[in-house]
Formats: sequence, structure tokens, C-alpha cells
Amino acid sequence: MRHLISILLENEAGALARISGLFSARGYNIESLTVAPTEDPSMSRMTIVSIGSDDVIEQITKQLNKLIDVIKVVDLSEAAHVERELMLIKVRAVGKDREEMKRMADIFRGNIIDVTDSTYLVELTGDSVKLDAFIGAIDNDLILETVRTGVCGVGRGDRILKA
Amino acid sequence: MVLTGAEIVIRCLQEEKVEYIFGYPGGSVLHIYDELFKQDKIKHILVRHEQAAVHAADAYSRSSHKVGVCMVTSGPGVTNAVTGIATAYTDSIPMVVISGQAPTHMIGQDAFQECDTVGITRPCVKHNFLVKDVKDLAVTIKKAFYIAQSGRPGPVLVDVPKDLGVDKCEFDYPKSVTIRSYNPATKGHSGQIKKAVQLLLEAKRPLIYAGGGIILSNTADRLTKLAHMLEVPVTNTLMGLGGFPATDKQNLGMLGMHGTYEANMAMQHADVLLAIGARFDDRVIGHPEDFASVPRKIIHVDIDPSSIAKRVKVDVPIVGNLNEVLDELIAQLKASEGKVEPKALASWWKDIDGWRKKDSLKYKMGKEIIMPQYVIEKLYEVTGGEAIVTSDVGQHQMWAAQYYKFDKPRRWLNSGGLGTMGYGLPAAMGAIFANPKTPVACVTGEGSIQMNIQEMSTCKQFRLPVKIVNLNNRYLGMVRQWQEMFYGNRYSESYVDALPDFVKLAEAYGHVGMQITKPADVEPALREAFVKHKNELVFLDFLTDPTANVYPMVANGKGLSEMVLAEDL
Ligand SMILES: Cc1cc2nc3c(=O)[nH]c(=O)nc-3n(C[C@H](O)[C@H](O)[C@H](O)COP(=O)(O)OP(=O)(O)OC[C@H]3O[C@@H](n4cnc5c(N)ncnc54)[C@H](O)[C@@H]3O)c2cc1C
Ligand SMILES: Cc1ncc(C[n+]2csc(CCOP(=O)(O)OP(=O)(O)O)c2C)c(N)n1
Ligand SMILES: [Mg+2]
Repeated sequence: MRHLISILLENEAGALARISGLFSARGYNIESLTVAPTEDPSMSRMTIVSIGSDDVIEQITKQLNKLIDVIKVVDLSEAAHVERELMLIKVRAVGKDREEMKRMADIFRGNIIDVTDSTYLVELTGDSVKLDAFIGAIDNDLILETVRTGVCGVGRGDRILKA
Repeated sequence: MVLTGAEIVIRCLQEEKVEYIFGYPGGSVLHIYDELFKQDKIKHILVRHEQAAVHAADAYSRSSHKVGVCMVTSGPGVTNAVTGIATAYTDSIPMVVISGQAPTHMIGQDAFQECDTVGITRPCVKHNFLVKDVKDLAVTIKKAFYIAQSGRPGPVLVDVPKDLGVDKCEFDYPKSVTIRSYNPATKGHSGQIKKAVQLLLEAKRPLIYAGGGIILSNTADRLTKLAHMLEVPVTNTLMGLGGFPATDKQNLGMLGMHGTYEANMAMQHADVLLAIGARFDDRVIGHPEDFASVPRKIIHVDIDPSSIAKRVKVDVPIVGNLNEVLDELIAQLKASEGKVEPKALASWWKDIDGWRKKDSLKYKMGKEIIMPQYVIEKLYEVTGGEAIVTSDVGQHQMWAAQYYKFDKPRRWLNSGGLGTMGYGLPAAMGAIFANPKTPVACVTGEGSIQMNIQEMSTCKQFRLPVKIVNLNNRYLGMVRQWQEMFYGNRYSESYVDALPDFVKLAEAYGHVGMQITKPADVEPALREAFVKHKNELVFLDFLTDPTANVYPMVANGKGLSEMVLAEDL
């Protein structure tokens, strides 16, 4: 099962290494990892997407909680949550593809944020499925490069992760 | 008061009432060593190899419940210490390691003896710090001591760049620290404890399985009280030996790979298992699927949630400090005025007595050749069970665990989790510093002892009367045993050729050496060592049966019920 794990941690040098080190040392899988400081600059908020059985995910949250720099951990996938990912995708846009790309970007509610004679840079946000769908929908040969931020997520309504 | 960083380090350690630092100097810690020189509250024990400093600090802690402290220089000092740190980490030993580092402005430039200490040690410490500003030094050391000894204990490393040693700031040692991201469990959940009491009282075949957590939390007395109230059998892990008196009639001995028949059979057949401060290690439960195939209810008490439900499914998890959980368990049990149903219990004890009749630790005595088990039995007799016994890793370790009856905690010091050969001798040194009046024996093998044999020199310098009991079978015996059992007698690289003359070697270091070759001489030699040479280090080189194997044995990956006994062969 795919899980979205949200972590509040001390914004300290080395904290990220402790977490990534834990995943590699124990053989846990990381699909994506995002991290940045919160409104309180002494803390960072991290979202990790991992795939594992319930037992493995339980160990992951316990092992994360054990790290001294980790303030709180929650498995967002346990209840209602929202997730978003940002993708920048550069595509070839010449000839009839130019119009087609514009149309696809519109359908997916993406923005074209940079234009040259032969390329578009499309910015797209959504859950990972939507970003995958966009990639699937356009002609693969036209993709020049893609950059994805990885998923960040938050619980809905009263589910709040705070120190 | 304005002090230099080096002064601050020493002052902090004094504030923590540190008696001994085990260490080895070098460039990056010279400022600190200079301050050490100028004071006399803390004694520094100069070892001969940094690994030994860490093992000695580790055993100082294991045998006293205080935090062990060691100090090493940057680069090779740290890398030499890593095995010791990892050893302490796997067995959850509270320790603070101070390491030197290249000066702050040179970090990252491949400076002389620079290494990424925080990175190298990260996976084998409870936590570590690189201090970048002298103003953070005191509070970091305070945190290190707090983290090392609270919750599930473990080693904490503080990396101190050389320039901090001369930087100055106002010194004020905090009385306490709080760390918002670190709040170890204390009290257990009362509702869960209630469920545990109910389960235990309804049990027909209850068993207490107690581990190193009992030793680490100093709760041997509480465990004993609980066991006596319930009148149920108790088995200890290798790390839990001494947590419940070995000579108590409710004790089934050690369980696991080399556990007794009765302990493993009880583990396999119990219907309610109370696991206390034990982590269902693979050397204990054998094959997890085989273990899980037997229906039983498991109550698991541990301070570390990640120890619970890691390898087996648990019915009643209780996260908390054993001090408080056991107190509440005992109180609730008292209040309930309940007893385990006497008829069921009597029948359970009958089963156990049947298993005990197998006498799974019996062995054949030789007339000509010394059996290693016999040496340990005699060691037990000669020391009246009062010695602290350290060991290395291998067959001798298992025989020490099986045949020396530990009635008290903190008497048995060994590397269980990492299985570090080379632990024994430096551990014996640490134990003597913590317990100067107690006899200390290091049970070792001719392979292991050579991994830190240079420490005989430290023992001379500090007059440490370790009794080295070398069960010399001329083989890396544990390896040879596996090769005999699982690799068709192909003894690949397990014969130790060209052994030194240990008697002369001991003498060369300024100690007493004896070689014992006949069974009849075992006891007299031990008496001579412990009585006549009470205050000296004695190297007792026992030439033992090279073919002896450790039994019982649950082969790797097999179920507990598939034990091999000596008599089966
Ligand atoms: C050659 C060899 C053979 C071995 N054979 C065996 C064998 O036959 N049998 C055997 O048992 N072992 C054997 N071992 C040792 C084995 O590898 C493990 O080290 C050992 O079984 C672990 O012991 P433990 O479960 O008591 O856990 P420990 O490693 O001692 O862990 C202690 C547990 O207690 C918890 N704890 C700590 N403090 C507290 C507190 N205050 N409150 C609550 N909980 C606390 C910790 O979180 C941890 O989970 C062998 C090792 C070697 C090298
Ligand atoms: C540092 C280290 N290297 C290798 C091993 C693997 N190992 C485990 S037991 C053993 C043999 C130990 O031989 P010895 O000290 O003579 O003890 P014996 O088994 O013969 O009693 C070895 C090599 C280990 N545990 N530690
Ligand atoms: Mg040997």
C-alpha cells in the first residue's frame, strides 16, 4: 500500500540525513520526499511517500518517532487528506504539436510559464495520479524534460500536525 | 565565568560526576587533554586502542548503571572507536563519546585527520552532535547525558572541533534540559496493564520471558517479586541473565539458540507470554513463522514502541518504563487478589519438570582432556558465584552463559546484539573501575582474546587484577561448530595456527601466566589465581577439548522445538 507520511522535525543540519539514512539502512522504500521549513523556521515539515505492508509502515512511523530530531509523525493516508505535487515539464511545441500542447495544458489546468519558438514549459499541480495522467496523455517523444517536486500533503479539516 | 571550550568540556563532565574517562589523545583533543591534566577530579584511563576505550566505558556502565564516558581524537581515533560504539548501541548501553574534530573553518576541506564523524557514527548511536559554536558546548553535553540515559538508553557522540577548545564563552551548566522532540515513555497505560493482569490470571501455561531491559532499568527485584507472586516460570535472554536469580527454582535458564530444553519448550508451549524488556531476537524465537504457528497470547512491555510488534504479533502492548510498569502490574495484581488457577499451574509445572529431566546441559567429562563446561562450573564454585564475568564471542561465551549461575544483575557483561570479539578484556577493565572490590573474570577464547590483547598493558599500568579464563580450543570454535554441522566438516579458516605462548605473553606484559592441560588441575589453578594472585592479572590458558560443541542448539532459521541436544548425537 502507498502511504503518505508527514513528519515535523527540527530544522537542523543533519536531520534530513538521519531520516534518509534510516530508510536506506532498514530497507524501507521512498517513492518521494519533500522538505522545507514551516512558518516557524526552527521546524521543517517533510512528506514521504512510501510503499509497504501495514507492518512495515508501522515500523517506519515508530522508527521515525524514535529519531531525536523528529517532533511528530503522522500517516496521512490513515484518514482524509489532500496531496499535491508540482511538475515542470518541458515539451517540444512546433507545428501542429504547438496547438495540441496548449490544448492539453488547458485541459489539465496547467500553465505555460515559458515559451520559445520550439518549446513550452508547462507547470502543473495536482496529485501524482493527475501528473502521471498528463505524461500519459501527451506524445512521449515530445517530452524534453520533467521535474517533479514529490508529494506534499496535509490532513483535512481538524487533522492538524503541530508541535 | 568565562572559560575556554576545553575548560568547559571538563567542567561539564565534572558536573555530571564523571569519575573516569576512557580514552586516547591526539591532535584534535589536545586542548581538552591539557585541561584534564590541570585537574584531579576526573581520572583518565589511557587504553592501548580506542575500541578498548569504548568497551571499557560500556562495561563500566553495564556493571554500575552509570553513564560510561570516553574520549577519542578525530579521524582514526573515531574510526577505531566505531566497533565499540556499535556494540554499545545494539545492547542499549548509556554512553557519552567525546570526539575531536578538525577546526570548524577547515571542515569539508579534507583537513588532516578530518572525517565525517557524525555521518560515520549516525547509524550506530542513539544521537550525535557536531558542535559548531563554543556557546552551544555546555548545553549539548547536558543533552548528551540526558539522551544517553533516558528512555531506551544508548551511546551519544559529541564531536568537538579543535578550535572550540580555545574559543571562550560564559560557562553556565544547565541543571536540566528539555528537548521538545524527545519525550520518552514513562508510565504504562493502566487499561493495558489491567488487561495484562487478567490474561495472566486466566492463563493455564504462563511464562515470563525477561530480557536486558530488566538489567538496564534496575528492576531485577521487581521482576523477582512479580514472579514469586504469580509462581510462574521465568526464562531470561542472554542479555537478561541475572535479572532473575539463576538458582531460583522458578528459573528455567536461558532460552533461544543455545537455551535450555525446558526454557525453549516452555516458550513454545506457553499460552500466555509476558515479555519484559526483551525484543524477540532471531536468536531467541528461532524461525518467526514457526514461532507464530503456535497460538498464544503475548503481553509485551518495552520502553521503545519500535521493539513491540516488530518480529511477532502482540496482543497486549504496554509502552513504558519497567520501573513504573512493573510497580503498577504488581499493585494491580495485589489489588485483584487473584491467583493463577492452581490446578492448571501445577500441571504446567509438571510439564516443565518433565522437560527439566532431560538435563540438557549435561556433558561428558574427560579424564585426560579438559571440558570447557567444566572450567566454567569450577569458576562458578571458586568465585562463589560472586564474580563479575565478562566474555568475548564464541563458544566460550555460550558456555559462560549456560554454566555460570548469575543470581544478581550487572554481573554478566557480554556483547549480545553485535557479537563483538574483543569485548571481553577491555570490558573487564571497565568493570573493575566501577567495582574495585569485586573479582572480575574474563572468559575468552584464543581467537577473541587476540583482538584486544594489547590491553594487558593497560591492565599493568592501572594494576587491574583481571582473571583471564582462556578456553583455548585452538579453533575459532563457534565457526568450526557451524562448519561441522552445516558445511560438511570443511573447516575453512577456522583453525588458529601459530598461537602465541600465552603464558610468556602474559609475563612479557608483567603479569602472571599459567597453562592448564589436565582436568585435575583446573580447580587448583583457579584457586591460585583468585586467592594467591588476588591482586594480580592472571592469564589462565586452559587447553580444552577442541571438538566440544555448544548444546542445546536451535539451528539458524529453525523452530524452537527443533532443538538439537547433545544426547541426540
Ligand atoms: C554467539 C551468540 C549466540 C547467542 N545466542 C543467544 C541465545 O541462545 N539466547 C539469547 O537469548 N540470546 C542469544 N544471543 C544474543 C542475541 O543476539 C540478542 O542480543 C539477545 O537475545 C537480545 O536480548 P534481549 O531480547 O533481552 O534484548 P536487549 O538487546 O537486551 O534489549 C533490551 C530491550 O529492553 C528495552 N528496555 C530498555 N530499557 C527499558 C526500560 N527502562 N523499560 C522498558 N524497557 C526497556 C529496550 O527497548 C529493548 O527492547 C546470542 C548472541 C551471540 C553473539
Ligand atoms: C569481530 C568479530 N569477527 C568475527 C566474528 C565471527 N565469529 C563469531 S564466534 C567466532 C570464533 C571465536 O573464536 P574464539 O574466540 O577462539 O572462541 P571459541 O568459539 O573457540 O570459544 C568468530 C570468528 C565476530 N563475532 N566478531
Ligand atoms: Mg577458540
